[in-house]
Amino acid sequence: MEEIYSEAPKICKITKAKPETISFLLAFSKSYQVAKYKNLKFERTLN
Amino acid sequence: MELQIEDSILVKNYVGGDEKALEVLINRHNQKISSFIYSKVLDRDITEDIFQDTFIKVIKTLKRGSYSEEGKFLPWVMRIAHNLIIDHFRKNKRMPKFEGSEDFNIFSVIRDEKLNVEKQMIKDQIDSDLTYLIEELPDDQKEVLVMRIYKDMSFKEIAENTDVSINTALGRMRYALINLRKIVQRNNIVLTN
Repeated sequence: MEEIYSEAPKICKITKAKPETISFLLAFSKSYQVAKYKNLKFERTLN
Repeated sequence: MELQIEDSILVKNYVGGDEKALEVLINRHNQKISSFIYSKVLDRDITEDIFQDTFIKVIKTLKRGSYSEEGKFLPWVMRIAHNLIIDHFRKNKRMPKFEGSEDFNIFSVIRDEKLNVEKQMIKDQIDSDLTYLIEELPDDQKEVLVMRIYKDMSFKEIAENTDVSINTALGRMRYALINLRKIVQRNNIVLTN
């Protein structure tokens, strides 16, 4: 049997952010609020 | 065929309080943005961090109402990611991080030069043993050895302080060491660490 010396082509792995990261972002989005008072904006993050 | 709502409408809905719209936006562009970040930083964990920071910025901007629909949503997010990638490299330039790989570990080359507790105790013991041995030497030799080793004086200074020539001081040092070795051998003392 012949040996194959050529290297296996580099497989392009599809990169995607983990589901944990996405759920963190969604949770952050829900907790993050901006309150407006006159010309001022206040940020707050609810637990 | 699935009907795809445009990004601009999802953004409007999200700003209007529809949290679900954000989920759709993130999932829709997840791969493009992640691949873009990964192509620059070539590290999964850093990609994840930058992806997260990018969307935190997106969320804050949208909720503050600072986003203006001038361009398109995706290029805007990509620009944020791009800026964060630049920040990442700037930060790393100031504080370069070295990570060993499987076949090369930096800690096999670099190590803490300080002695560990056990070795320090052994060294202290040897040092104190040596002071007893030095006491056994003739006074003239002992004087030169103490000045050279413990007081770190040069042979010129030793010669001046003991009123002898440099050659005599050197000779006394030589005999001091020879005699010390003899005492060690005679008494079967082990002084190595």
